[in-house]
This record gives sequence, structure tokens and C-alpha cells, in this order.
Amino acid sequence: MTTYTSATDADRRAMLDAIGVPSVEELFADVPQALRLDRPLALPAGMAEQEVYEHLRGLAARNVSAEDEVSFLGAGMYDHYVPAVIDMLMGRSEFLTPYTPYQPEISQGGLQVMFEYQTAISELTGLPVSNASVYEGPSAVGAAAYLAKLANGRLRVLASRGVHPYSRETLTTLARGYGQQIEEIPLREGATDLAALIAALDEDVGAVVLQQPNFLGAVEDVAALAAAAKQSGPTHPLVICACDPIPLGILKPPGECGVDIAVGEGQTLGNRLDFGGPSFGFFAATQEHLRRMPGRIAGETVDVDGRRGFVLTLQTREQHIRREKATSNICTSQALNALAGVVYLSWLGRAGLVELGELLLARTAYARERLTLLDGVEALHEQPVVREFALRLDADVARVRERLAAEGINAGYALGRDYPEHPDGLLVAITERRTRADIDRLADALGRAVAAEREVAHAGVGA
Amino acid sequence: MSSREEPTLTIFQRGAPGRRAFAAPVLDVPPAPDDALPADLRRATPAALPEVSEPELVRHYVNLSKRNFDLDSGFYPLGSCTMKHNPRLHERVAALPGHARLHPLQDPARAQGALELMWNLQQALGEVAGLPHVSLQPSAGSHGELAGVLLTRAYHEDRGEQRTKVLTPDTAHGTNPATVTMAGYEVVKVGTNADGGVDLDDLRAQADEQVACLMLTNPSTLGLFDANIAEIAEIVHGVGATLYYDGANLNAIMGITRPGDMGFDIVHFNLHKSFTQPHGGGGPGSGPIAVSERIEPYLMRPQVVRREDGGFDLDHERPKSIGRLRGFQGNYGCFVRAYAYIRSLGAEGLKDASETAVLNANYLLALLKREGVAEYLPVAYDRLCMHEFVLSGAPMKRELGIRTLDLAKRLLDHGVHPPTVYFPLLVEEALLIEPTETETRETLEQFAETIAELLREAAEDPELARNAPTSTPVRRLDEAAAAKRPVIRQELAAAG
Repeated sequence: MTTYTSATDADRRAMLDAIGVPSVEELFADVPQALRLDRPLALPAGMAEQEVYEHLRGLAARNVSAEDEVSFLGAGMYDHYVPAVIDMLMGRSEFLTPYTPYQPEISQGGLQVMFEYQTAISELTGLPVSNASVYEGPSAVGAAAYLAKLANGRLRVLASRGVHPYSRETLTTLARGYGQQIEEIPLREGATDLAALIAALDEDVGAVVLQQPNFLGAVEDVAALAAAAKQSGPTHPLVICACDPIPLGILKPPGECGVDIAVGEGQTLGNRLDFGGPSFGFFAATQEHLRRMPGRIAGETVDVDGRRGFVLTLQTREQHIRREKATSNICTSQALNALAGVVYLSWLGRAGLVELGELLLARTAYARERLTLLDGVEALHEQPVVREFALRLDADVARVRERLAAEGINAGYALGRDYPEHPDGLLVAITERRTRADIDRLADALGRAVAAEREVAHAGVGA
Repeated sequence: MSSREEPTLTIFQRGAPGRRAFAAPVLDVPPAPDDALPADLRRATPAALPEVSEPELVRHYVNLSKRNFDLDSGFYPLGSCTMKHNPRLHERVAALPGHARLHPLQDPARAQGALELMWNLQQALGEVAGLPHVSLQPSAGSHGELAGVLLTRAYHEDRGEQRTKVLTPDTAHGTNPATVTMAGYEVVKVGTNADGGVDLDDLRAQADEQVACLMLTNPSTLGLFDANIAEIAEIVHGVGATLYYDGANLNAIMGITRPGDMGFDIVHFNLHKSFTQPHGGGGPGSGPIAVSERIEPYLMRPQVVRREDGGFDLDHERPKSIGRLRGFQGNYGCFVRAYAYIRSLGAEGLKDASETAVLNANYLLALLKREGVAEYLPVAYDRLCMHEFVLSGAPMKRELGIRTLDLAKRLLDHGVHPPTVYFPLLVEEALLIEPTETETRETLEQFAETIAELLREAAEDPELARNAPTSTPVRRLDEAAAAKRPVIRQELAAAG
């Protein structure tokens, strides 16, 4: 058994003497006997460090990770390269092990990182106000809808069907508490249906929720959709847009599209896939919402000697001060993951983020062209795409995916469960780690798999 | 601030135009056609990100890190935060590619190791809580609280009931009342009795058919175990409400008593407290919940399930589920660490951790009850404590003219992270002290000695504490100015 305690028998005796009780059990005198657990917890016995390592390594070996196959799986998290400097910095005790910076004099490093992170998110989104992170993508969408309710009190929320299914489901879950009603705006040819949005808008709509690029990979005309929302009346709804931060390097930033609140999943900014977390969510808004923001915000100030320093600021929004009147209940957020985010953006740099975006655009265009030339494969929509696109297969998607998996290729995400209207849909993601050779291999295998499945289907019909 | 060595220059104020760390992979496909992305959807000017070389980047952040105090460097008795040692084995196993590069939408058949780990962790947490059904999904304690109150709502609504109020003690963490509001209920406070427990008369008076839930921390934020818990549960259940356990203080009771056995219906865990997930300077955390049979039908989607053939799967078909609270399956990286911890310690080790946490807290309390300290910092409730305890700085303020805040700031000059201050709100000039089980006896003795020394010092010269800290990278900061005219990002006109 491993232990991280240090009390020896002699320590324990001396400490109990000082306390004035005969045994450790006496320290629990307040716990009624009837409530004491009268047996050991039914858990496996403890192990030595090396045994735990082997056990965890064994479990890891039973997963097929992006290291083990050529993966085109995306749908909200993406296999981007994480530079080595991030591993080093995230592993430093000084970043890894402190609590939330309640004592600013000894937390200047972490607070300055938050300030820098907020700056980077503001630059990326084109919005002046950013907090220091929220949990992750879909719950950030929920937090944005809650801000809209605090801002205008209206209860109808219109969410595009192009918003990630998990974000829409999270919205629906939270709305049962907030008292909002979530209604869907359909897609038309892969993008949010502008006419349907306009028809659904009225004075009771508090927020319109979009996603850029949308779940099917389409680059939305966010400016046109936001303009429609804002023309709906004198007291228009807030426009919320969930953004993928990497394509924002080449896409018009939400702040220039009339978006009031930009949120998103930060995993792609220097964070590992980690089977879904921890990552971080970003949350940026226009100036007027500063005092309604959820979560921690770092601000600049000076110390008594006039030296520049950083503190957690605007804390009267927060739960530990404001309690039931707080703008959010969030306490622990994702500081370490946000650190990875700002380090990653600094490592990419001003030119690098654009170059990465252009590379994704080119490889994605190549892949889409290459795959849609295959027999039995066509584009699910013709909208512009940056790093992910949707296909329609003239074959059973699950079986095609299985055939590719047997060849060490993860073909992408089957759309059928979330989009029953696209039972034949496949969502393919391209990152900078997927080379032309990988794409060619996917094309070759997909072509063969679709052909083979069509043959099986025809044989089935014939029999 | 003109010097390039000035540590408070931000990364945006470093570097030079054209400087870079990143080299793009080779463009091995034809350039995208011009119409791939219409001009009106394109960004006109690049985001104004830093332009720095890799050595510059590394030096900047390493130097920033040195302006942080951390748990690996010194004592961190921050009450209610359970700053216990973060074993490095956990970082190693979490970084294995089979865990770290596993895509969350990988087919369950190809993620069996991860699902087995989650299943095992669910079983272990359920056993610790004494409640059989676990969802690992929530991202932090407050997220777990929100799950719990939304589950309560679903439970009552499924029974055709519309309840309007949630009770919280006046000692509760701020997250509790904030959560209640977000879940659409009215917060009703319950008083505390002279022993630091729930005031039963007040609870009886408040409990009616409009009450959906009582949210409770036991041991409470005063570090005291509420021996009336069975009666509290009876009152709450008597009006048909649920009893919610805030797991922030679970570190006192693992293997000793279980929330489920006390009558709680819903429990959240803080894997970043009792189960060693490093705090990361403010996250990530993870806040799994365990629930009783009657709450189980409403648990979040998806659930990890074990099939009859022994394999594992994700169950998305849960007709009464409240749905999702976030994307994917939760903070898996935190699950790996918590699971490694539980397997390292086993049943015996977890119980030893809680016993030692309580032993350390009571020993430190005994040391602080000595002459020279107790007259200035009396314990708020003079009895055995659990894993933490509360002192009041009111006499210190009166007799020595220094406030709890001053003492906290003076501790910074002695390489100690101060306790939680001014919480719980119930105690004047409060200091909430939680040493945790991983500190040595010598560290506790040194801390008690430091406190005694600082009080002696204050008796002679209170200005030293009032002006503290002096040895830190910056001294006291003007928080009022920061809030009055918020500057929350680097103005880039100043970039050099």
C-alpha cells in the first residue's frame, strides 16, 4: 500500500497526548456509533507505485488512441499537435499545485497568466471582455444563455441546429433551471436557415445561439445571421456564437460580426484530447456585459509601492461574495488548461495562427475534393469549410467505419445518432497532423469500403 | 517598466515583429482554391497575438511561475480546499498516450480501458459515499451541486410536484446559494445552533412542502461533525425533500462514515480536493456525484454501463435523464488521477488519510490553544474538530490592533500560505485552517510557532503586520482601484 502520510507510531502517540485523547478513534466521538462504518470500505487493497503504474498502463493499452490509428475523428475535439513547451510548463509545481489565487502577493505568476490569456481571447474573438476561463465548450454555451437571461430576462432562446448537439442538450438541461425554452432553427443546405431565423424572432427571444463553423463543418455567415437578429426589433436578443478558436485565425472574428458573446471549446489550443477533458471553455463579451460575466477575471492594478500587479477583480459578481445573487456559481474553473491555451497561442504567434488556418483550409479542401470523387460518396453540403466537412455515403456508415477501423483508420464521426435526418452522414476532420499521405490512404480505404458495402447491399437485395 | 527584464511585462509586450516559435508543417497539397473561403467571411487582419521566439516564450513563463507560491514549496493550510500532496505518479499515468490522446468520441469498443477505469472509479466513489449510482460528468464541485439540484427538480416534477425553495445553512459555501438560484429555486437560510450544528428548531420551522432540498456540508465549514444528522435527515425526508451532501469536506470521513448511511440522497465529490487532482492555480477540477436509488433514473446522459459479457459501454438511452451538463464524458484526465490515488491507497489507506487529516487538525488546534495564541485567536467552537477548525481573530484585532487579514499577509513573509480568511461568515475575523494528512508533525509545530511569534511581534510592533507582506514579489495590491476602473487585458498600443 502506498501512503502519502508521515505520522509514525511515535508521532501519533505524542500528538494524541497533546490533544488529550487516548486514541484516534476518540477524535471521531461526534460521529454517532450507529452511523460509523463497521467494516472496511469494499475496495481493492492498496498497491505500490510501480504496480499502480502497470495497472494504469494496462488500461491505457486497451484504448485505441490517436497515436494508434490514423484518425479523422473531430466533432468538437481535435487531434492537434501540442508543443513540448506546454508539457514542461504545465508540469511545473508553481503552475500545477497552487489553489485559486486568493492571496495575490504570492500568486502574481498565475494572475498575470490569466491577464495574458484574457488578452489573447479578446484579440482572437474581437471582443473586449474575456474571463479567465469556464469549464469547457457546451457548458460555456449554457453560461452565455444564462447571461442573456440576466441581461434581458426573456425566456425564448433560438439555437441553430448547427450548434453542437451536446451544447444544445446542455442548454436544454440548464434551461429547466433557468426557466428558458430552447427552440431550434433548422439548417438549410448545411447552414443555418436565415429565413427560418427571421420568422422565429419576436420580442420574447432573449438569445440567438450560433456556432462557427457549425457542427457539420460549414462556415456560417454569422454577420448576416446576427444582423437579422438585431433587426428584429428595438430591444433585440443577444447573439451568442460558439466558435472553434483555430479557424478564427482566418475567419472574421465574432466581434466584427455583431456577436455579443463568443464562447467555445478551448481544447484545440494546446490541450490534450484526454477522452474529453479537462480542457477549458472561453467566454468573451462586449463591454456592456462586463459586470454580468461568470467566473474569475484578472485585473491590473498597483501595489502600495506603485508597482504593477494583478488581482482577481470584480469579485462582487461571484458566489463567494454575492452568494445567491451571484452571476454564476462557478468557483474552480480551468486555470491550468487556460495557461496551455495562452502558451499555445503565443507559440503559434501572430503569423502562425494564420498559417495553421491556411494549411487546414488547403488540406481540408484537398480531402473534400478527393473523397467526393469516390463512387458512392458525395458532399452532404456545399458550404465553405475550414477543417471539417460532412459526407453522405451510399452505404451503411457504421459498417464502412468498421471496415476502415480494421485497417487502422478512424474515418470520422457518424452523424446518424445526433442527426437522424442524415443516417448516411459522416463528419471528417482534418488537423495539421493528417498529411496528404494520410488523406490519400483514407480515400483509398473509403473507396474500397463503400464499394464493398454496396456490393453486400446489392447481394442482399438480390437474395 | 522600461526594462525588458521587468517581470510584469506581459507576453504581448515582449518579442518583435516577425519573431516566431512555430514552424508550419510542409504544405503537401495544392493551395486552397480562391473560392474555398469567400472574402467576406475572412478575417481582414491577423489576431494581434504575441511574436516571440521559443526561448523567449519559455523564459517568460518560467519566470512568471517563480512569482507563484505553490503546494510543493510550502505549507498551504487553506481551509475547505484540502491542499494535500499531489503525487507525481498521477501525472505520469495521465500522460500515457492511451489516456491522453484518446478521442472522447472513440467507439466504446475501442475505448474499453477508459470505460473500465470510469466504471471502477464509479464503483469506488459509490462505495465511499454509501450511494450506489455515480455520474462522473460534472466539471467541478459547483457543477456537481447544479447537477444535484437539477436532479432534485426532475425528481419532484416526475412526481407531479412543483417545489420552490432550497434550504442552506448560513455556514454554507457560497456556491450552494448561487447554485440554488441558477437552478431556479429560492434560497432559504437555516440557522446554526450554539454547538455549530444545524439549528433543529429553525429547520423544523422552515421545512414544509415547498422545500425541494436541504444542501448540507458535514462536517460543516466550521470543521464540526453534526451529530444530529439522522434527525436532520428525518425532518427533511418528512416533508418529501431531498438531502444534498456538499463533498468539499469529505476528506474527514472516508472509510469512517458515509453520507448515504447518514441519509443523504445526493453527494458531490471534489476530485481536486480529497482525491489529489492538482488545483492548477484555479482548475481543472472534477465534481462527480453519487445518488440513491430514487434519484438514479434522472442521472445525466451518457452513463458508463457494464454489459453482460463483461464489456463496457456508454448508455445514451435514459428516458428520464436530466440530459447533459457539458460535452463528452467529463474530465477524464482527473478520473485517471483520482483512480490511481484510490488504487494506491486502497480501503485502508483512504481511512488512514482521513484519520490522519483529523489527527493533524486536532494536533494543530491543540498547539494553537496554548498561551500566547489562544487569548488572541480563540477557537470559535471549543471541542474536538474534524479535518479543519475555525479561529476567531476578533480578540487579536481588539487587543493587538491587527486584523485577520494582516496576520494572513504577515504569514506570506514566512513562506506559509495563509488559511482561508473571513469564511465562514458566521465567525468574526475568521481563519479556517485545514492542514491535511500529508503534512508532517514538524510542519504543524513550525506553523504554530510562527503564529505565536507573529502575535508576539504584533504586540511589540503591529505596523509590521499592517504593512506586510514585504518579501513577496509585490506588496499589498489596490483591489478597489482594480474593480473601479477595470483593466482586464493588455492594451496593445503599449506593445514594444
